[in-house]
Amino acid sequence: MAVAQTKLDLTETRISALAMPQSKGWAQTARAEALARLRAMGLPARRDEYWRYTDPSSLTQAAAPRAALHVDDEAPIFGEIDRLRIVFVDGVFDPAQSDDLALTHVTIERLSDVMAKDLHWAREHYGVLEAAGQSPVARPLAALNTAFASDGVVIRATGIVEKPISLVYLHNDSASDAMVHHVVRVESGASLTLLENGPAAARFNNVTEISLADDGDFHHIRTQGRDHERRAATHIFARLGARSQYKSFTLTGNGVLTRNEHVITLSGDDASAHVAGAALGDGAQGAFHHDDTVFITHDAERCESRQVFKKVLRNGAVGVFQGKILVKPGAQKTDGYQISQSLLLDEDSVFLAKPELEIYADDVSCSHGSTTGAIDETALFYLRARGVPRDVATDLLVLAFIDEAIAEIADERLSADIRNRLELWLGRRRQG
Amino acid sequence: MAALDTDIRDGVDRETVETVQAMSGTYKYGWSTDIEMDYAPKGVNEDIVRLISEKNEEPEWMTDWRLQAFKRWKQMAEPEWAMLNYPAIDYQSQYYYARPKSMAEKPKSLDDVDPKLLATYKKLGIPLKEQMILAGVEGAEDMPSEGRKVAVDAVFDSVSVGTTFQAELKKAGVIFCSISEAIREHPELVKKYLGSVVPITDNYFATLNSAVFSDGSFVYIPPGVRCPMELSTYFRINAENTGQFERTLIIADKGSYVSYLEGCTAPKRETHQLHAAVVELVLLEDAEIKYSTVQNWYPGDAEGRGGIYNFVTKRADCRGDRSKVMWTQVETGSAITWKYPSCILRGDDSQGEFYSIAIANNAQQADTGTKMVHLGKRTKSRIVSKGISAGRAQNTYRGLVSMHPKAKDSRNYTQCDSLLIGDKCGAHTVPYIEVKNNSSRVEHEATTSKVDDDQMFYCRSRGMGEEEAVALIVNGFAREVLQALPMEFAMEAQQLVAISLEGSVG
Repeated sequence: MAVAQTKLDLTETRISALAMPQSKGWAQTARAEALARLRAMGLPARRDEYWRYTDPSSLTQAAAPRAALHVDDEAPIFGEIDRLRIVFVDGVFDPAQSDDLALTHVTIERLSDVMAKDLHWAREHYGVLEAAGQSPVARPLAALNTAFASDGVVIRATGIVEKPISLVYLHNDSASDAMVHHVVRVESGASLTLLENGPAAARFNNVTEISLADDGDFHHIRTQGRDHERRAATHIFARLGARSQYKSFTLTGNGVLTRNEHVITLSGDDASAHVAGAALGDGAQGAFHHDDTVFITHDAERCESRQVFKKVLRNGAVGVFQGKILVKPGAQKTDGYQISQSLLLDEDSVFLAKPELEIYADDVSCSHGSTTGAIDETALFYLRARGVPRDVATDLLVLAFIDEAIAEIADERLSADIRNRLELWLGRRRQG
Repeated sequence: MAALDTDIRDGVDRETVETVQAMSGTYKYGWSTDIEMDYAPKGVNEDIVRLISEKNEEPEWMTDWRLQAFKRWKQMAEPEWAMLNYPAIDYQSQYYYARPKSMAEKPKSLDDVDPKLLATYKKLGIPLKEQMILAGVEGAEDMPSEGRKVAVDAVFDSVSVGTTFQAELKKAGVIFCSISEAIREHPELVKKYLGSVVPITDNYFATLNSAVFSDGSFVYIPPGVRCPMELSTYFRINAENTGQFERTLIIADKGSYVSYLEGCTAPKRETHQLHAAVVELVLLEDAEIKYSTVQNWYPGDAEGRGGIYNFVTKRADCRGDRSKVMWTQVETGSAITWKYPSCILRGDDSQGEFYSIAIANNAQQADTGTKMVHLGKRTKSRIVSKGISAGRAQNTYRGLVSMHPKAKDSRNYTQCDSLLIGDKCGAHTVPYIEVKNNSSRVEHEATTSKVDDDQMFYCRSRGMGEEEAVALIVNGFAREVLQALPMEFAMEAQQLVAISLEGSVG
């Protein structure tokens, strides 16, 4: 179908406001191809089926809407974890605040350095997974990112990496518009944990392409910062080799608009992908709109996938879940599970979901569930009868509700950190 | 008979496979009636719309209504969002109106009726007494009835051939006639309600139907009346290259009740035929409608040649408080099924239910489901959908559950299960869930293990396996729904009951 003229105009307006970073050789080709992809599909508009529940206009308009800086007096998350810190300020790598990028069993390079090289392994990945993820559903914001991303890291794990690599995104400019693109390769038998935290920018467009070789192991834990006015559109494209394991968890505290897309293809037999997310939305400090969009493709035998998404919404917060399990012909013995649940703490909050299954193989076990409702009054009564004040009891039930998603984090130190953070947030909220 | 060249895997019993084979491999109603027909010229344009209106002796307001719809239709585009693949339909290469020549004047006695038309109904298995009435015989209504009464409105291609038990229904105050008759005899009711549930601007196929519908059924149940018998419409497409566009309008006034059944068949043809129907149900306070469908249009052959393209818009508007509507559908036919019987739960405490069994085999494609729009307080809805795919068929459940901000304390439960037989077919689930208040509870499940836990426990504690127990419970449910169907559907119903849903996937 031809792309509507209004969409083309929108796309050209956005492109003209951007400068493509100078690259050469393969990198230039990758960017040019991404730009051609983007022009062919056009930026998303509200009428697009894939954007039915989220208005993309503030993500596509030429200038980023301003986002007031949030003064955060909380200790940074993952502060107690021994990790290698890589700091980005408004989407720009800051070597002064970052640790030395040297670590055994892993090489870490800056994207701009990699792109300046004539030959680099990343040429097989940069924009490649993103391009593959454009079908059957277009993800124009990711193509935009591949074409114009100004910074990012390229990580290659060749063995068991001893400590997590931690990407810290600081936000210092209320009008910053950042596009960051990372490439991660986990070689056969290697293992890597990637942490991400912080609001990043007033408007953040992030693409991470992750390729797991056979028997690779990848863990991802992300928190998206507490700036109420920030906007983010993130895409993770992952391709999983045989027997590889992928685990991702995202905690979202606040933000006017967040759209997190996961595009995962299980292309080797016996691979496993777990994607989880928890969002605590409060519309009191401004709008809150959080959209989890997940597309998992089973293209090999005996693979397992699991999607666990929990949302707690209040004061007019909006939660969106669009999840899909696609089982290709021949992907027999697939085990696909998907659950999306939301707890609406008041009459004003909204939950919109589209949990899809598309199955072309007969010997599979796929299921999905989705529930929406208020807090369980019986459980609340039980706690109150035992002397727990109503607000504390509510928070206890909220924590219990979210815990199924947090349980997807394998590393107990990290899951404890997430739980502590949640308790802190809820506690501070109670005290006003 | 098209064989299912597939291995039967564990968890699917042979009986299920054979039943599905039996159902779609042999199409019992594929014969055609060789009868002289009057056709309108091929294609659709304003003149055709006027002609159909003229043939039905319609008043001017009705003609204008149709023309307005046609004008709108010309500006619309065919929807593409369904998971259906079919070559572009040439709307100008088919007939929009076809009537048996013998129906030009209503036959006065059995001797006058075209024997071919009579034979058609006999062959379709409609009881003889009713058959006489169906063929348009006056006076047959006074014959003694045997067993349970089912009043039938039979639509043959573009026209209603006859409606049975009209006199007896009239005594109860029930109006049951063809829609063309209703437009002439009861214009005040038609004017008030036609298009009030499915407006002429609704969607591509409904708008086309609004412009060119040739006949259909009309029902009005007065306040407080429980319809003394089941009402039924039997749709038969016979003519080649002819589309059928029927319109059904049912109005259940305050505190009334009616059970309505719908069946359809068509001959085997090499080419695809279009069927675009609109069904509107209006429910006032405390009214209840049960609407059951056995859709058995010709599904096409194993290679996907021929078969009906079935694009249907069905919607119930629960306007009154405490009104209740129940859609039950058994979808076994059609090459393409595009159908979403919906409930607008506007009245407080109104209820909507949707039970569906969709079977797709060979090259059939079905994209079907429901919409439950909760507007009133304490409204309830329940969706149970079972999809079975075999051969190279694609079966999609597509549904919407929407809880509006004012629909406080409402409830929805949705369960959709699919079964795949063979590795070349597909089963898909596309639910939309929109919740805009927190006192309502919405649950969507697609796991066989979530069949009522108490019933499961009961069966399991008596030594049944989980699969066996699930099959028993699901079959028990199906039997209950299918028993409500009239006798002409009994054959299909019995076969369907035999189908177990073991090894289901969401």
